[in-house]
Amino acid sequence: MRLLTHNMLSSTIKGVSNGFPLTIEAAKVVEKQVDMNSDFLKNIFSKIEWKPFVEAAKTLGFSELPEEDVQPSLLDSHEFLTKFHHALLEIHLEEGALVCPETGRKFPVNKGIPNMLLLEDEV
Amino acid sequence: MKLKQLEGLLGNLDQFSAPKIELEQYPTGPHIASRMLYTAENSFEDVSDKVVADFGCGCGTLGIAAALLGADHVIGFDVDADSLEIAYLNAEDLELDVNFVQSDIRNLQCRGKIIDTVVMNPPFGTRNKGVDMDFLSVALKVASQAVYSLHKTTTREYVKKTALREYNAKSAEVLCELRYDVPKLYKFHKKKEVDIAVDLWRFVPTPTVESDV
Repeated sequence: MRLLTHNMLSSTIKGVSNGFPLTIEAAKVVEKQVDMNSDFLKNIFSKIEWKPFVEAAKTLGFSELPEEDVQPSLLDSHEFLTKFHHALLEIHLEEGALVCPETGRKFPVNKGIPNMLLLEDEV
Repeated sequence: MKLKQLEGLLGNLDQFSAPKIELEQYPTGPHIASRMLYTAENSFEDVSDKVVADFGCGCGTLGIAAALLGADHVIGFDVDADSLEIAYLNAEDLELDVNFVQSDIRNLQCRGKIIDTVVMNPPFGTRNKGVDMDFLSVALKVASQAVYSLHKTTTREYVKKTALREYNAKSAEVLCELRYDVPKLYKFHKKKEVDIAVDLWRFVPTPTVESDV
């Protein structure tokens, strides 16, 4: 699972008021190279919740993203784009769990597939 | 990629080995799937360089078609772990980077309109009434650009009215009518193969000013 997917998922357990972002527990992380598409990165940049993204990348072992003062002007830097691309699309959480920030309920991740199914009493 | 080439690749995908009737699992055939995604890409530019979600992806056919046509990020959502396992292997065989999430579409929230386009062949709601419209309702909430979906032609007026009035779609258009071959998968099927008329829809969601979490 890419961090782009992580950046849009949230816990929808009944009673949880803010299920985003899900905390990551990483047991296995893999990297898969893909071609960089600058236009795609420039378009998606404004939609990313940056702090959770940086935190997630750190949890998966990548800490080269800037944490503060992240302005769209950064997108003119090839160095920034390369790091953004890598963190967003090339690092995958393969085994581990996503954890609901309010209840601590774990959603297991196996073979890169998070199981977000809710139990009957959680709906 | 040419249409025939796309159809050929999709025709090689593994499909449900033991389809589950309660989930109305019918494979999306390569003919329909290739035309659906080809139209989305070539007539509307809704696929390449986009984030595409496949709702109720089953064995991953539509999402994989999107990835083959150049979507930058594809996520297949399905409630069924067995289907996702097949979908995962299908994507891997073609060396495509597709994400899969096990989730009930009806409980799904996707933050920030990151998804541009939703493609789906929802359960027709024959067994589980209204589930096709539940899928459509969620799709129109999470997509920023377009939703492509298949619905029985017999439900055309209802789908149009509900999408526009209740789900706040900006537009709802039938692109074409297709024949959906339902092979004899289940014991209750008496005929060898049934052909049903389905509409290929394109819905445009109403843009939201502020994205909600």
